[in-house]
Amino acid sequence: MNAAAARKTWSSLFAAFCAASVLLALVPLAGVLLYVIVQGVRSIDLGFFLHMPAPVGESGGGMANAVVGTVIVTGLAALMAVPIGIFSGIYMSEYAGTRLSAAIRFAADTLNGVPSIVVGLFAYIVAVMPFGRFSALAGGFALGTMMIPIIGRTTEELLLLVPGAIREGALALGATRARAVFGVMLPAALPGIVTGIVLALARIAGETAPLLFTSFNNRFFTTDLRQPISSLTVQVFTYAISPYEDWHRQAWAGALVLVAIVLSCSLLARFATRRLQRMARG
Amino acid sequence: MRAKPSDDVAFRIGTGAFGVLLIGLVAAIGLVLLKQSMPSIQRFGVDFWHTTTWDPVAGVFGALPFIWGTLYSSLLALLISTPIAIGIAVFISELCPRPLRQPLVFLTELLAAIPSIVYGLWSIFVLVPAVRAFERSLPEVLQRLPLFTGPPLGLGMLSAGLVLAIMVLPFTSSVAREVLKSVPASQREAAYALGATRFEAIRAALYYARTGIVGAVMLGFGRALGETMAVTMVIGNSVRISPSLFAPQYTMAAVIANEFTEAADDLHLSALVEVGLLLFIITLIVNSLSRLLIWTMNRSAAVLSPADEPVEAVR
Repeated sequence: MNAAAARKTWSSLFAAFCAASVLLALVPLAGVLLYVIVQGVRSIDLGFFLHMPAPVGESGGGMANAVVGTVIVTGLAALMAVPIGIFSGIYMSEYAGTRLSAAIRFAADTLNGVPSIVVGLFAYIVAVMPFGRFSALAGGFALGTMMIPIIGRTTEELLLLVPGAIREGALALGATRARAVFGVMLPAALPGIVTGIVLALARIAGETAPLLFTSFNNRFFTTDLRQPISSLTVQVFTYAISPYEDWHRQAWAGALVLVAIVLSCSLLARFATRRLQRMARG
Repeated sequence: MRAKPSDDVAFRIGTGAFGVLLIGLVAAIGLVLLKQSMPSIQRFGVDFWHTTTWDPVAGVFGALPFIWGTLYSSLLALLISTPIAIGIAVFISELCPRPLRQPLVFLTELLAAIPSIVYGLWSIFVLVPAVRAFERSLPEVLQRLPLFTGPPLGLGMLSAGLVLAIMVLPFTSSVAREVLKSVPASQREAAYALGATRFEAIRAALYYARTGIVGAVMLGFGRALGETMAVTMVIGNSVRISPSLFAPQYTMAAVIANEFTEAADDLHLSALVEVGLLLFIITLIVNSLSRLLIWTMNRSAAVLSPADEPVEAVR
């Protein structure tokens, strides 16, 4: 009798521990989000998006150059990663059993696990050293390298989710494999793939380490791809470790923009996938 | 129009080429880093890995303090996050009411979506002062222990371990959840049939899933090893080897982030690239091992129970 009671107590204690773990994880999540929102809202205004960084001691100023820089560098990354990712994803799903496809999958997972700072080193050696200067192109290359495996694996998984009957139907009608993939399977999986790309872009836009010595930083406005370019993340880093009150405020505003990008993309993706699931079921 | 076999060959080669490009990229990372670190490898050999002097001015480089800092902070993060991550995984997959499940999954995964730099910024202004207050309030007696020596700066190993733990949590818990899902329902049913309490049944499931759980923890380890920005901003960046949680130290990723753009001579640059190469190799091994464990787990579970879902009624 006593032993049974003890076992029941243990069981309840364990359940309580598990529930507490969830709460414990939600504390930093809520803490970070609330703090960034409160501090960010206090510091952000229209000028943040329109003005250039102000010199130390002068209040005001913004990150117009960094906002544009982030858009440019992530855009370059997408240009590089989307084709490579989608085509290697197609290969992995179409020839799933082959040795090459296993090797590609292994490479993609490996690349996904490479620390972002190491990707930065690689991009520096390949895309900065030969040209003797930091550039937006090098930054795009670094982020693109990180983006490829995400898009590749997403494409693979989504293509594998497309019902086999659809594919076989296309093949039975005499379509070539290419036709079946590009004409039938890819369109069926497209909403999911686009969602995956949006999520990958959001994740990549928040990266700092690969940009530190590729696109570097620039206090001035530029759209020249061969010049160093500012980005939100590197700018937030520079401001965060500075000793100036005004710059800290700017850093919070920048962090708010980053969090807003991530949050809106995640929510968008969540609703999109829910709709997709409902469509697949119905 | 009839499909020609040659079209399929072209398609296969065309898409395969991009896949090969992906493989080439990974190989290139390893080779390029290796080539660039050759000057440092030739100059210091194995000494690089086990000496502690890092002096760019004198041109002497030993990376042990960084290796120590990386391993210490990552293991500390695992120590803090593993029980919590498993708790979360169990709660979401076994205990929580069904309508709560998806929102909780979303929230825990949101933790992974927040950029590292934002964690870093938050840590500088919120976490580090909190840790400093904790360090100040620690009784005198405890401060004599090697684990707690040093001035209460806030910046240091404890802050780094805490922020890493937060960042690793979503990875470990989501993989652990997947692994728990793949435990055959028969395992739990058998436990319940023998009169087990809920805790005992879950413990049996966890034991069954142990390989995969270890894989999940290692995946988190791989993430922690390479994490750069948040750690750089809170660990204090001081080249030293100390067992103390309060001491400012350094990690491999942090030293690259801090010194690379300021490295004046080729040897310094090369030494930093070698640190990167080492980090690349360590994470490669840890991640591969982790994937192998998770894969083994899923495979054995799939063999035993062809796709069955945990039975709701049993609970």
